[in-house]
Amino acid sequence: MGMTMTQKILAAHAGLDKVEAGQLIEADLDLVLGNDITSPVAIKEMDKMNVDGVFDKDKIALVPDHFVPNKDIKSAEHCKCVREFAHRHEITNYFEVGEMGIEHALLPEKGLTVAGDVIIGADSHTCTYGALGAFSTGVGSTDMAAGMATGKAWFKVPSAIRFRLTGKPAEWVSGKDVILHIIGMIGVDGALYKSMEFTGDGVKNLSMDDRFTIANMAIEAGGKNGIFPVDELTVSYMKEHSDRPYTVYEADEDAVYDEEYTIDLSTLRPTVAFPHLPENTKTIDEITEDIPIDQVVIGSCTNGRIDDMRTAAKVLQGRHVAKGLRCIVIPATQAVYLQAMEEGLLKIFVEAGAVVSTPTCGPCLGGYMGILAQGERCVSTTNRNFVGRMGHVDSEIYLASPAVAAASAVAGRITCPCRLK
Amino acid sequence: MKAAKGTVFKYGDNVDTDVIIPARYLNSSDPAELAAHCMEDIDKEFIHKVSAGDIIVAMKNFGCGSSREHAPIAIKAAGVSCVIAETFARIFYRNAINIGLPIIECPEAAADIQAGDTVEVNFDTGVITDVTKGTTYQGQAFPEFMQKIIAAEGLVNYINQRK
Repeated sequence: MGMTMTQKILAAHAGLDKVEAGQLIEADLDLVLGNDITSPVAIKEMDKMNVDGVFDKDKIALVPDHFVPNKDIKSAEHCKCVREFAHRHEITNYFEVGEMGIEHALLPEKGLTVAGDVIIGADSHTCTYGALGAFSTGVGSTDMAAGMATGKAWFKVPSAIRFRLTGKPAEWVSGKDVILHIIGMIGVDGALYKSMEFTGDGVKNLSMDDRFTIANMAIEAGGKNGIFPVDELTVSYMKEHSDRPYTVYEADEDAVYDEEYTIDLSTLRPTVAFPHLPENTKTIDEITEDIPIDQVVIGSCTNGRIDDMRTAAKVLQGRHVAKGLRCIVIPATQAVYLQAMEEGLLKIFVEAGAVVSTPTCGPCLGGYMGILAQGERCVSTTNRNFVGRMGHVDSEIYLASPAVAAASAVAGRITCPCRLK
Repeated sequence: MKAAKGTVFKYGDNVDTDVIIPARYLNSSDPAELAAHCMEDIDKEFIHKVSAGDIIVAMKNFGCGSSREHAPIAIKAAGVSCVIAETFARIFYRNAINIGLPIIECPEAAADIQAGDTVEVNFDTGVITDVTKGTTYQGQAFPEFMQKIIAAEGLVNYINQRK
């Protein structure tokens, strides 16, 4: 019986020739990540351990991104705690405001994640790096603490679901629509404890940013990780961003999958997840009712990359957001921000009546920078539409792509670019 | 390990970490402060009614969403002695074990047990008893590896003991 991509990476990092689904292993870590919400708890736990310091100051990334620039005194204290820890342990990859970005957009951009890595992060969307052919998964703060101290983590080797992608997405259909379609199909626990392995000749028709978006939301189907094969596009991305050596792992031909799905990308339509679960999906054609909205958020670890900015700008150019609607655009990193500035995208946003923010996770989790009042509705390119996620328990979030979000901002109701005048 | 016994609070499918502890309170990491807002966005009465030892029973995918360890910390600090569910989201599962909050998967118990029942859980055997109904269920016992972490009362102590 062969191994999946994920199983091969885990076996190699556990010093084993072979692993099987269900096996408990201890794996060496290439990177341990934390943010300003989860790291303070991890630091407190690490202080209780009888350890002298961190396992490797170059293999830890600390990215204050959730509530920065500090939204209040308590957040400022958390950030200070992380900053002081980073200084005390001489952490190489600590990213201060001004150089930080939303962690899962930032780390690949900085070249800290490459194919074949095993990465844990105290943030559920750590699964994003599977886009590069790495095994990466979200954990809690105690696991992060143990990872920082020992450079190891225990895992139960996951079984896998294979998604064979074929065809090419149509205009205005992106990675976000692919992953929303999949979550709508298998449900928010459809991949519970499992790997989601994306394969097939349709992969070549997805940009790196599309792949990051898809891997990012594996957790929204309950997945342990999402992973893509390494192709020429991946290699050129890694060469552009990193000087670290990478290792390509391919699934064995006789690898066993719990389930297999074939998805023809050319048949997908712009897709929206209705409140209050990412699995409540409808294609734009299935939405028959008129849904007026109060706010649009374009950004996050899911959709704050340059492709996303370009798509939003393409829709907003020469148009204006609907009267009375707030449109908040958040480039995910300083590099994305600068690129968007150089390409004139920020000008398009501002002229369209949107606001452009410094990188932050703020509104996605109802932290700040776009909280919803009772009864308000938001179309958001973020990843979760749970009850109260973005503010009041009686507010509503509709998850969508940057194209649908930007078009909806213009119309003041849920729509797609092809329907705009 | 000792047993748990308490009154049941019952919830449905996909109880996410945002309703267990909303992110607007994540500017704190103090267990007592987090406990004061535990379950606030799904059950405003919970924190006023919960007593030490009480038990949460829920259906599938309990604890889905964010990796915030603040969720099991809030539940534990609110006095809850055990969470029983049909299934748990995987990060919540790890976090609960790592901080020493006992959790147990048992689809039959999750389906049958009702709010207000008195329930007893034997962690050594995995047997769940609904004292009110007079029924028993066999929950999934922890693998040996996790039993060691739980016996050490969490991952930090487990690592310290291995030194």
